[in-house]
Amino acid sequence: MTIETTHMMMLANTAAGPGWAGFILWFPLISLALCGLWSILRIKSKLPAWTTVGCLALAFLTTVALYVSYSEPVVIHLFDWFNLHWGSGAKAGSFVANFSLYVDSLTLLWMLFVTGLGTLIALYASEYMEPDVGKGYTRFFAGVSVFLFAMSCLVMGDNLVLLYLGWEGVGFASYWLIGYYYTKPSAVAAAKKAFIMNRIGDLGLALAIWFIWLNFGTVEFADLFAVIASGAYHTEAGGWSISAIPFLLMLGAFGKSAQIPLYVWLPDAMEGPTPVSALIHAATMVTAGVYLLCRMFPVMQLHELALPTVAWIGTSTAILSATIALAQYDIKRIMAYSTVSQLGFMFAGVGVMTTAGAAYHVFTHAFFKAVLFLTCGAIMHGFAGQLDLRKLSGIMRLRGWKVVSVTMLIGCLCLAGFPLTSGYFSKDMILAQAFTSGHSAVGWLLLFTAGLTAYYTFRVWFRVCIGPVHFEPGDEDHGDDHGHDDHGHGDHGHGDGKFHPHAPKWAVNFVLIAITVGAILAAIPYFMPSGEEGVKGGWVASMTLDSSARDGMYGVYAIEEKGKLFGADPYNAMYFVSAAFGLVGILIAWWLHLANRKAADALRAKLLANPLTRWLPTAMENKWYVDEIYHVFVRAPLWVIGHAFALIDRLFVDGLLVNGTGYLPRAVGRMFQPLQNGVLQSYAVLMAGGFALVVVLIVLVMPWLQPILADWMAGTGGAG
Amino acid sequence: MMTADSLHLTMATLEPFSSLELGHFILTSAILFAIGIIGFLTRRNMIVMFLCTELMFQAAAIAMIAFGRFHMDLSGQVFVIFILTVAAAESALALALVVLLFRRKETLNAEAWTELRE
Repeated sequence: MTIETTHMMMLANTAAGPGWAGFILWFPLISLALCGLWSILRIKSKLPAWTTVGCLALAFLTTVALYVSYSEPVVIHLFDWFNLHWGSGAKAGSFVANFSLYVDSLTLLWMLFVTGLGTLIALYASEYMEPDVGKGYTRFFAGVSVFLFAMSCLVMGDNLVLLYLGWEGVGFASYWLIGYYYTKPSAVAAAKKAFIMNRIGDLGLALAIWFIWLNFGTVEFADLFAVIASGAYHTEAGGWSISAIPFLLMLGAFGKSAQIPLYVWLPDAMEGPTPVSALIHAATMVTAGVYLLCRMFPVMQLHELALPTVAWIGTSTAILSATIALAQYDIKRIMAYSTVSQLGFMFAGVGVMTTAGAAYHVFTHAFFKAVLFLTCGAIMHGFAGQLDLRKLSGIMRLRGWKVVSVTMLIGCLCLAGFPLTSGYFSKDMILAQAFTSGHSAVGWLLLFTAGLTAYYTFRVWFRVCIGPVHFEPGDEDHGDDHGHDDHGHGDHGHGDGKFHPHAPKWAVNFVLIAITVGAILAAIPYFMPSGEEGVKGGWVASMTLDSSARDGMYGVYAIEEKGKLFGADPYNAMYFVSAAFGLVGILIAWWLHLANRKAADALRAKLLANPLTRWLPTAMENKWYVDEIYHVFVRAPLWVIGHAFALIDRLFVDGLLVNGTGYLPRAVGRMFQPLQNGVLQSYAVLMAGGFALVVVLIVLVMPWLQPILADWMAGTGGAG
Repeated sequence: MMTADSLHLTMATLEPFSSLELGHFILTSAILFAIGIIGFLTRRNMIVMFLCTELMFQAAAIAMIAFGRFHMDLSGQVFVIFILTVAAAESALALALVVLLFRRKETLNAEAWTELRE
């Protein structure tokens, strides 16, 4: 146990921080408690929404205060949780995981957008969830509060156990909110799918935490990084279990952040209310995997293949889900696949060792993807559940839809990587670093994916927001304040006055504008000083520099020979290359989906008509049949095994062991049952007969048997 | 314990029964018991059956007194006193039960009550 003795000496040299930072966690809890109270009091107003928005705003202000007062990494001890010590001397061991917060700049970066966007999206939801006031309204905001509490635990925990608590907590909140419409079978199925998929990843994370404790003797970040930095651990002692740690961590991250092979839950998670999709399944929770890898970056380097694996998984996910997004018609689903794809970019960024790029892309993506989801939600809300981009067109010309259309345009520009938008700078950092670190295959694939991204993003915008006005309502009756009489079922017209889409009101518009402004301003950090010579990425890079993700900074991490792109520094060349890819994507989308919409259908028909290319659109529209493949290769075998076990249980355990044991005395009893006939004399006869039999035995048989028995006893006694 | 010597009691002191031996008493007891058990098994009238059980009781009591006398031990007689007490109490109880049963079905036949097997 040399590992433990050496590191036991090194105490975390981290200063104590302000205790009021704990309120970032407590405010969402207070909100949850109040929502519970409103539920008990049967409040039928928007009070739960204002409670949650208020508490989250306070949590955001606390985070800002913490950021302003921040000077160096601190540990804030809230209360003892697991604080176990045993043995003494060389045999001493401990397991310490207190309820403490670890605040460094990476934590702050994450918490700023988590609480900030959480507040804004809760405000949006206060209007969006209006039809449910008095029904599921309180339940919804309680779920949001749970999510914010768990997410804060995840990001701010000073040890892996608290991180794990938050990790499971956000998974639970996600399950809670995806299954919000619990009377809808598809929503219930999606909630279960998300939960089960996440369990697979969580198993990896749990094992990783266990292995980390076994090998390094601590689960607290400060101690853990000190041990790894000192190199005072034995790779031989740990053997395979030390090399397995990064891969297990990765599995956890892939589950939570929807990467291959565990990404299929995220598109289905769109069954939840749109604010949930925006907050949990686009902006915050799904970035927890990226956070984990950034936070544990020193650990990720315990095996030299770990980071390339992350890079390649991220790249494959990015390109696969981008191709699926090309061929979907449901705009919310397109955004979901786009989220999976962008998360792939972030993982690729971590894999090619630009944690700053990954963190920056998380940061910008949180804003513009939230905008895109919220605009999709507003459209869905206003058009009675309509999400099919073939059935919506030119909504910008409708009264009250300008804000939605313009904010959506800005979100699309950011996602497409249009020059000088925030998404352009953050995506470029990842792309450029891929070339700099010599992963040029990753770089080119991601560039191609960026082109696809621009195409499918603008496919949505060109189809839905501009062009000739035309719309059909969806089949969902919100039971809203318009009254049902003016749009009865059956004769929903094509904008002929029978159906009136209802435009969003102040809360939705305000939030859309606020987050859009955030998405535009998210480009500014790129031009702020990064605090270190030759390090690009500005403010986000400076935030990443001051944390455990520092090892992943380009320029800090030694790269022997920097790769080139077209003979130039990739960071400079990428400004033009990625812009070109993005613009080409937008142009194709413009041609196929605005200028000449018939061409898109003609192209599809042409591809389908040719037997050689028919597979391509078919497979893309069917999501490459991944769900079906999982169904055949994972679910079906499990189903067969499950039923085999059920059969064994029913026939052998239940049938033979349990019921068999019960059957035996019953059968014997049934044999003697006729004796109990209620006739007194027959009982007496039996008694007398039995007695007579005993007498006969004693008087006649025993004298004859006794000598034989005595002989036999003597015989065995002698032999013994 | 009282022993034969301390009480100076022998078979010879009981003159009028001197010709009787243990076997006679046991035989009497056995006959009485047999009558009781045969009566119990063959009759259906509850009162008669009850009387037959009393017969068996008395058979046991006689056997016990006889053995007590034979072994010069008073325990046998003491036991019989107990048996008589218990039998008296039990007969009161049994007759009360018979009366109740009779009131229900207006018959003393034991076979009328076979449903009690459940």
